[in-house]
Amino acid sequence: MNRGLRWRDLLNVLSGVMMIAALYLVFLYAPREATMGDVQRIFYFHVASAWVGFFAFFVTLLAGIGYLRTRTRASDIVGLSSAEIGVTFTAMAVISGSIWAKPTWNAWWPWLQEPRLILVTILLLIYLAYFMLRAFLEDEEQKARFAAVYGIVAFAGVPVTFMSIHWWQRLHPIVFEKQGAGLTQPMLGTFMFCLLTFTVLYFSLLLHRSRLASLADEVQELTQRLQTGPGGRK
Amino acid sequence: MSYLFAAYAVFWTLTFAFVFSISSRQRRLEKEIESLQRALEAERQHVSE
Repeated sequence: MNRGLRWRDLLNVLSGVMMIAALYLVFLYAPREATMGDVQRIFYFHVASAWVGFFAFFVTLLAGIGYLRTRTRASDIVGLSSAEIGVTFTAMAVISGSIWAKPTWNAWWPWLQEPRLILVTILLLIYLAYFMLRAFLEDEEQKARFAAVYGIVAFAGVPVTFMSIHWWQRLHPIVFEKQGAGLTQPMLGTFMFCLLTFTVLYFSLLLHRSRLASLADEVQELTQRLQTGPGGRK
Repeated sequence: MSYLFAAYAVFWTLTFAFVFSISSRQRRLEKEIESLQRALEAERQHVSE
């Protein structure tokens, strides 16, 4: 058994066990919030999804810097895999946020009242364009180089989206302020555990998605070898 | 309560869809690699004969 398989198995089991524990904490351990009621429990997975989305885009930024410095295929694979996970989890955060908004703000998508809704949509579109850019370019080296630069520049949208609720202070609640978190101890413990669980899930998915890209490379290499033939003929 | 159910249904649907997409693509590529390796082996044997 190789080391990659052991890490993947370990993270699979760990993320599964932690996810069950997180569900227990969210639904049975954390107290019912006084004002919003049970719908507040969306918050735990909503923020954790947004965290994974932003963290994944940060890894794409790091992988982009790594690729430009080393020109290794591994950096490009990590950047691509992380961007895919980032888009999935950001979409999760957007949809769950909209479901939470309906009973809380009485609107599914009050984008004129809340700048973060506009900014997070722009962020999603920016990272969808990352995949379009990759799809349009045929030369592998050029694709990896352009994607690395794009991944670095695109990350500028993340801090702007994150800070928007502090800069404009409209509808979106601010949980963590300078005075501390606006949560009780069991709520804070549940929230931190959900963040950790989603981070472990992120690394598990990153390993699987990266392996997928490596397998695609192997197929390409074997196809080329088959076309060239064992004697090197065309 | 229905909003809470809907939100968690979204989490699980998207997570499982993503995991399923990765695993099905992995299986397809693994099969492709096996058949390519078999084809390469057959060609190697053909050349050595």
